[in-house]
Amino acid sequence: MSSFWSIWITVLTLGTLVGCFILLRWCLKNFAGVPEGESTGHDFDGIEELNNPLPKWWSTFFLVTIIWGFGYLLMYPGLGNFKGLFGWTSSNQGIVSMEDSKQQAAEAREKGLIVEYDMEMKAAEQRFGPIFDKFATFSIEEIASAKHQEVDFDVDQEITEAQEQLLQRKEAIEVGKRLFLQNCSQCHGSDARGTTGFPNLVDKDWLYGGTPADIKHSIMEGRKAQGMIAWETMLGGEQGVKDVAAYVLSLSGREAKQGNIESGKDKFVMCAACHGTEGQGSEAMGIALGAPRLNDNIWLYTSSERGIQESIRHGRAGVMPAWKDILGEKKVHVISAYVYSLSHE
Amino acid sequence: MTQNDSSAVDYNYDVVRQFTVMTVIWGIVGTLLGVIIAAQLIWPALNFDTPWLTYSRLRPLHTNAVIFAFGTSALFATSYYVVQRTCKTSLFGGSLAAFTFWGWQLVIVLAIITLPLGYTSSKEYAELEWPIDILIAVVWVSYIIVFFGTLIKRKTSHIYVANWFFGGFILTVAVLHIGNSMVIPVSMLKSYSIYSGAIDAMMQWWYGHNAVGFLLTAGFLGMMYYFVPKQAERPIYSYRLSIVHFWALVSLYIWAGPHHLHYTALPDWAQSVGMVMSIVLFLPSWGGMINGIMTLSGAWHKLRYDPILRFLIVSLSFYGMSTFEGPMMAIKSVNALSHYTDWTIGHVHSGALGWVAMISIGAMYHLIPVLFNQGRMYSIKLINVHFWMHTAGVVLYIVAMWISGVMQGLMWRAVNTDGTLTYSFVESLTASYPFYIIRFLGGVLVVAGFILMAYNMFKTIYAEDNSLKRVEQA
Repeated sequence: MSSFWSIWITVLTLGTLVGCFILLRWCLKNFAGVPEGESTGHDFDGIEELNNPLPKWWSTFFLVTIIWGFGYLLMYPGLGNFKGLFGWTSSNQGIVSMEDSKQQAAEAREKGLIVEYDMEMKAAEQRFGPIFDKFATFSIEEIASAKHQEVDFDVDQEITEAQEQLLQRKEAIEVGKRLFLQNCSQCHGSDARGTTGFPNLVDKDWLYGGTPADIKHSIMEGRKAQGMIAWETMLGGEQGVKDVAAYVLSLSGREAKQGNIESGKDKFVMCAACHGTEGQGSEAMGIALGAPRLNDNIWLYTSSERGIQESIRHGRAGVMPAWKDILGEKKVHVISAYVYSLSHE
Repeated sequence: MTQNDSSAVDYNYDVVRQFTVMTVIWGIVGTLLGVIIAAQLIWPALNFDTPWLTYSRLRPLHTNAVIFAFGTSALFATSYYVVQRTCKTSLFGGSLAAFTFWGWQLVIVLAIITLPLGYTSSKEYAELEWPIDILIAVVWVSYIIVFFGTLIKRKTSHIYVANWFFGGFILTVAVLHIGNSMVIPVSMLKSYSIYSGAIDAMMQWWYGHNAVGFLLTAGFLGMMYYFVPKQAERPIYSYRLSIVHFWALVSLYIWAGPHHLHYTALPDWAQSVGMVMSIVLFLPSWGGMINGIMTLSGAWHKLRYDPILRFLIVSLSFYGMSTFEGPMMAIKSVNALSHYTDWTIGHVHSGALGWVAMISIGAMYHLIPVLFNQGRMYSIKLINVHFWMHTAGVVLYIVAMWISGVMQGLMWRAVNTDGTLTYSFVESLTASYPFYIIRFLGGVLVVAGFILMAYNMFKTIYAEDNSLKRVEQA
């Protein structure tokens, strides 16, 4: 901030504390003009006021908090641009990118500043990093397959290398599950069965591929559907929407008016560019558009005729955020393994 | 009762009567809404799949009803009463006082209509949309004119301490409301704040915390400074304490807002200053409690038979408790545990149900007989029943929320040896259920107490004039 605002803040803050101190000093003296303990002589609707002194414990405690206030503002940032004698900050300020963050963290370390967030993240990395390094030596399939494998211990014998590895893989999938519950369940559900607009992860229907690499890529980089535009005008109004919806219903063998289905079929040509001529979806065509398969009975948004019309009329666009900067590659690795295991029981 | 000198001045009691009756009515409405949303947290089906009955819309209606309908009506009633009696003059401004009553009730009715319909600015405790905000500002400026006009034409040489607090609260709320409600309207019922990002958040909590500090603290301290000495028939304990704690309280409170934004994008300096001021505020807050409770010196025996005095004194105990708890929760490391948990809800309700509601209820029980020409309330026994119901309700409520809140805070920060969190959010919610039920029961007791109060009030109002005689205690 500019030095004007810095001075402004400093003067007002210190002024308030100093003002409280002066006020306290003043009221400790008997200025009321009558002896202590007696009535001041004011009378408000029968209420009188006694001139009792301030309780000693109260005024002492008040003074202590004021002094402490000065001390805190000397040690920590508070008085405008003054950083405080401890050189402490909660986090680097004014960050706009990850690179920016890393650079500022390095600079703060050089200067010996205490950036609490960076220090806590570093401590966590030192403590927990090795655990995830170990997990990363296993492939996603190896971790996922450990879910239902039993470890046969023989109490008389030492644990074998293979048993040790299996134990680690089992631990990895448990960690993956917990990370999923904490970071993914808000949208995909605690049971990973998704909800309207958020894909079900336990079926074998994929928008962006279900191989270990695909899943990991989806989590790391996020996914942004190409976005289905609002088709109402393009389809010639409400009738067009109804026709195409009827045809879409027929693709998965559901009932709709025959007349609508037929006129809808012609108009579906426009939809086929992303959803495929058979409504097989972009995934089946090997392109990462995120256009769902329409000829099965799995619905990303809603399965009702009205809901399908709604999707066509106003369009849809799903977004999954990128997690690489939030969780890091190694955590994403074990989450991927957990997600992969859900449809590979 | 000093009814003989009230006849000397032609006091305007009409507006006081109106606000007094509405305080009790809005008390029932506000707390009932609270009980409904408390029940929804246990049985979510209670929104009946109806948008305007969902928690998200009824919760702001509950907070608005309690703060602005119940609490503020109580403040209007008592400030108009106290300023006249302690200044020995009638209200200034003629029919402007009546306008503040009808205007304020209109604001409340508009809130009851628009909030369930989903019209909201989404700013906590300032949800009402801009046309209603303008109406609030107009009514409030009228309030300023009536109150300060009366102060100016007073017949006494000094201004009584209760009026300092009322005056401070009325002026500051105008500044807060107008400052925080600055918006750019896009339609009659939709607007966007002129502030952005962290500045918007800071403005919001500067407003939000001072709504607590000036409306719910300073305003009700004004009430306390009249009704406690009046009901106890004792002089105020310390004139000098009232001076130091008034000026320190109003100058420190205005800084405390940033403690609502610890560990957010708010710059470090603002967080530090907010925390320091919140802690220095602790003793000035307690000044009011000391002055109120010590006023009872020499009259402690009255607590044995006077349930109205019990309401007033217990409210001061809750006040002391929550003004200790507040500065403690403003400490960053404590806040790291308490923030976003039910602890905050418990803290707010020990202030709202313990302090604000109990001091108002006590003041109303004192006021109703005076306003309706009676020597006492219809039933002293029912006041006593109300006292115990309310106290039990508040204790159940805040203890449940303390336990639930601290438990949530500990569950959210529990970490496994691999660095992952031990509990998912939904597990902390499941663990909170038993406490939600206890909270609900506490709320039911509070509402039932308010209904009892309304019965007692109407019985007093409809009794023949001067038929209820004051009971003299030996």
